Amino acid sequence: MSEIAQSLTLASELIATGDNRLAAIVGLSLQVSLSATLLSCALGIPLGALLAVGRFPGRHALIILFNGLMGLPPVVVGLLVYLLLSRAGPLGELGLLFTPTAMVIAQTVLVMPIIAALTLQVIEDEWHEYREQLRSLGASRLRAGRTLIWNARFSLTTAGLAGFGRAIAEVGAVMIVGGNIDGVTRVMTTTIALETSKGDLPLALALGAILITVVLLVNAVAFFLRQWAEKRWG
Amino acid sequence: MWARYALRLISLCLGLACWASPAWSQTRFIIIASTTSTEQSGLFAHLLPLFEKASGIKARVVALGTGQALDLARRGDADVVFVHDPDAEERFVTEGHGVKRLQVMYNDFVLVGPQSDPARARGKDVLEALRRIAAARLPFVSRGDRSGTHAAELRYWGLAGIDLAREKGTWYRDTGSGMGPALNTAVSMNAYILADRGTWLSFRNRGELGILVEGDTRLFNQYGVILVNSARHPHVKQTEGQAFIDWLVSPAGQQAIAAYKVGGKQLFFPNAAK
Repeated sequence: MSEIAQSLTLASELIATGDNRLAAIVGLSLQVSLSATLLSCALGIPLGALLAVGRFPGRHALIILFNGLMGLPPVVVGLLVYLLLSRAGPLGELGLLFTPTAMVIAQTVLVMPIIAALTLQVIEDEWHEYREQLRSLGASRLRAGRTLIWNARFSLTTAGLAGFGRAIAEVGAVMIVGGNIDGVTRVMTTTIALETSKGDLPLALALGAILITVVLLVNAVAFFLRQWAEKRWG
Repeated sequence: MWARYALRLISLCLGLACWASPAWSQTRFIIIASTTSTEQSGLFAHLLPLFEKASGIKARVVALGTGQALDLARRGDADVVFVHDPDAEERFVTEGHGVKRLQVMYNDFVLVGPQSDPARARGKDVLEALRRIAAARLPFVSRGDRSGTHAAELRYWGLAGIDLAREKGTWYRDTGSGMGPALNTAVSMNAYILADRGTWLSFRNRGELGILVEGDTRLFNQYGVILVNSARHPHVKQTEGQAFIDWLVSPAGQQAIAAYKVGGKQLFFPNAAK
């Protein structure tokens, strides 16, 4: 118990002193995970909408696939992306292994299915509600998909946040493809893992508290942005 | 419309790629595949800034177990390996993946266990200590991850005449984890464990554990450095990698290793061949 109290004090001290190295690590965490979330939204939202309104062979299989991929273990994703980006792998020439870009790729693979599956759910509900209306207007399915995405844009922020939560919290994938290199690919979660390895449990826990704080802040920003936007354009 | 979307998507990817890669602007760097013991003991944090100052080359360390570090280099994903399992290192060179193995420094392994020492393992003889632990069936934590320390542990069991495959019971806990996590496990189970002195000295969460056996000549732990063979892996940064190795075995590098202390204790002892 005293360890938890000790780590909370340590966490507030770290935040108060504005430690430069810690700030850089937090910054990289945000940069990598926000990039991955943005990319996943760009890919996953249209894909989810397509699965919701489209009718084509293999659609059910794809839906099951994306729902299943939500449970993809980060270590497996890390390993897959590592094998792709390794010098001995098919994309080795790019020299991306152990860079933040590699981490963005891995997290995108991890997060995209979550966004696609959640979008599918949201848009499918919308589709049931507005199908007749859209049909009577003579909208094609593609057109309808686009309209419904726009319609559901506020609900879809939850999908984005869920994806971001997954990205910023995972350690297995970024550890493998990033290598936890000091000052280059070291993020919050890999730092926590490292400090745990060193047996510095209070510091590890303090970093965990800071990570949660950062995630809460991101969510708060998203919440108020959404409220503001809904008032303005909703 | 979808074509336009695809175009936007591609530019978004490119934009993100540039944004997320401050790494691309720094051109001169090498990747060193090394062990958790050198990284977690803080040795690299002490050495690398000195090397950078001397050479202008940044070194990026990926810390893994020795077996994994060598495998990483076998795939061509590192320029230099800096590890501690002489047999495995020689094999790596013979296979043609490495140019040449140079010895750099040593420290030693220590047998760590509960201070109350129920197996009465304390002493100067690591083999006798292992026999007693096995005979008493007291918990022993193994790295089980093909690291240099794991290789050494298996060697000692063999020398002690204990056939692990037969004797292995619930007392022998194969954790498949790095030195730090394995130590954390040992602390929570009050178990015996073989550790490298560097990691032990810089390890914070010691609980009831302490050093029981040290100073046995068999506990010697040699570190070596190898440049990955560019004949086999053409993109290896030969010049920069060689510069690191040359610096490491030079008087300046050797002094820097000797100067690294934790709590007033020297962790690694330079012994590069003159």
